[in-house]
Amino acid sequence: MVGSYRFHRRKGQARAVFVAWRDLKFAKGRFALMGSVIALITLLVGLLSGLTAGLGQQNVSAITELPADKIAFQDPGGGQDLSYADSTVTERQWRQWAGAPGVESAEPLGITTTKATAAGRSTGVSAFGVEPGSRLAPHSDKITGSTVVLSTAAADDLGVRVGDSLALAGRRLEVAAVEGEAHFSHTPVIWTSLDIWRKTAPPTGYGQGPSATVIALNTTSRADTAAVDRQAGTRTVATGDSLSAIGSYTSENGSLQLMRGFLFAISALVIGAFFTVWTVQRSGDVAVLKALGASTTDLLKDALGQAAVLLTGGTLIGTGGAAALGALVSGSAVPFLLTPATVVLPATVNILLGVLGAALSIRRITSVDPLSALGSAR
Amino acid sequence: MSLHLTDVTLTYPDGDGRLTALDRVSLDVPRGTLTVVAGPSGSGKSSLLAVAATLITPDTGTVAVDGRTTSGLSRGELTALRRHKIGIVFQQPNLLPSLTAAEQLQVMARIAGRTPRTARARALELLDAVGLAGQAARRPHQLSGGQRQRVNIARALMNDPTVLLVDEPTSALDHERGAAVVDLITRLTHQRGTATVLVTHDRTHLTAADRLAEVHDGRLHLAASPEGTGGADRQP
Repeated sequence: MVGSYRFHRRKGQARAVFVAWRDLKFAKGRFALMGSVIALITLLVGLLSGLTAGLGQQNVSAITELPADKIAFQDPGGGQDLSYADSTVTERQWRQWAGAPGVESAEPLGITTTKATAAGRSTGVSAFGVEPGSRLAPHSDKITGSTVVLSTAAADDLGVRVGDSLALAGRRLEVAAVEGEAHFSHTPVIWTSLDIWRKTAPPTGYGQGPSATVIALNTTSRADTAAVDRQAGTRTVATGDSLSAIGSYTSENGSLQLMRGFLFAISALVIGAFFTVWTVQRSGDVAVLKALGASTTDLLKDALGQAAVLLTGGTLIGTGGAAALGALVSGSAVPFLLTPATVVLPATVNILLGVLGAALSIRRITSVDPLSALGSAR
Repeated sequence: MSLHLTDVTLTYPDGDGRLTALDRVSLDVPRGTLTVVAGPSGSGKSSLLAVAATLITPDTGTVAVDGRTTSGLSRGELTALRRHKIGIVFQQPNLLPSLTAAEQLQVMARIAGRTPRTARARALELLDAVGLAGQAARRPHQLSGGQRQRVNIARALMNDPTVLLVDEPTSALDHERGAAVVDLITRLTHQRGTATVLVTHDRTHLTAADRLAEVHDGRLHLAASPEGTGGADRQP
């Protein structure tokens, strides 16, 4: 005789992922295969994310690290896009910005790409010209008409240290300091005085006195940038928005982000396809469970839990692989950036999109008719 | 009465017209009795079982399970009624391939939202009751047809149902194993006090019935006594 038992109800917990977990263990090969696919896609997304961030840093770090909230360009007119390569601002424009209400600081910044040489080694660099004492450059008090400050990468590429000499566009200059990782358009930055910069990259323009490429601004909420732009003939954008004025950054970053987006979409589609087939295969089991009294909600939770376990496992393995490979190459010439944003964020997006793909495919559980369990042979 | 069908009529679309599967069927099944519904294929046995299991809503008539009328209940309420009041023994065992014999029963406790604390012990005791002690860790493909059908029966009893609905339990078994399965259902019905309805086209097991009904063309006829017993309805 079967004894009488008193069950204790534990709301919401007891039903979750009972069958799903056992399916995972039972159909090991099938789920291992799918988990491997997820891991490989995550690995690819992780590597691409690190590479995108690394390349991006090599392209724009000198701008994003500027202590400025806005950048004023020469207004190109005619609806043309802004460009660091084409902009040339005059001293008059700089003075207008410096005297405008709500502008705490307005500093001219010259940017040009040139060649530096030292002790038989040469490299392409971005010369950033600033006023002596400017807040824009590190150790700017050491920048004079004959001294420059180098980023670490520029010093490494040229093999120079503080006190050594280098030639910049044919001029002999002394290294006053080495500081920072500033890059612009994939070249390391050399901080020079504006005078040196003007001699290095003579302005092509309007003959209205000494010029720079852009004006770096620090503004308060009182600043009426539109009004000053109209008066000065400039166009001002936030520092972050000015990155689109670096031509190579826009095309390069856009291409890489597009690839990353496609990988996310492919991942979601592959997972969706897998769970579509899996759900069709187990629709007989679902019908039986429904006939026995399982609610559709519980069955959906069970299936979604299964997808979440598979996705999390595969993503963790893939992310671990990407982090390990990233750590391996980050010290080399490969511009790979290993940060939580390049590791955790893609993994999280991958899981969320994967769960979304799985959720769309397991919806068919709702349409399984429990009546089909009666008289069925499986 | 634990299962009460009153004037139940069920029709299906059939071309331009409708086919009558059940025609004003009434059936009362008290607790602790085994009612065998016999009839040829296509007579309406499975439709009767589906209506009693709340898997199909009849066109007219009422179904009451353990005193609760099913008409007007939502799909979720019908599912809950099946979960707590109705046990179903399928024609084919329909066991989940990834679960062991014990887990086939434990999943029922999970479906009912109960803790696993006592579920396993209860599953093992039910497996023992159906003669499967020592088979708890075996998966369906490791069990014989008769053993799978016993797991199917034990699973249906896991949540202490008031009504037990059994669909052609011997169709995939030889005569000896079929007889053993029917004996088991009879014994469990009497022991556990379920209102059991067993539908079958196999007339060799009718002697096990406490009450016998025949279905022909959707119409139910209660027999005066189980075939071969020569007496009135037996009560346990």
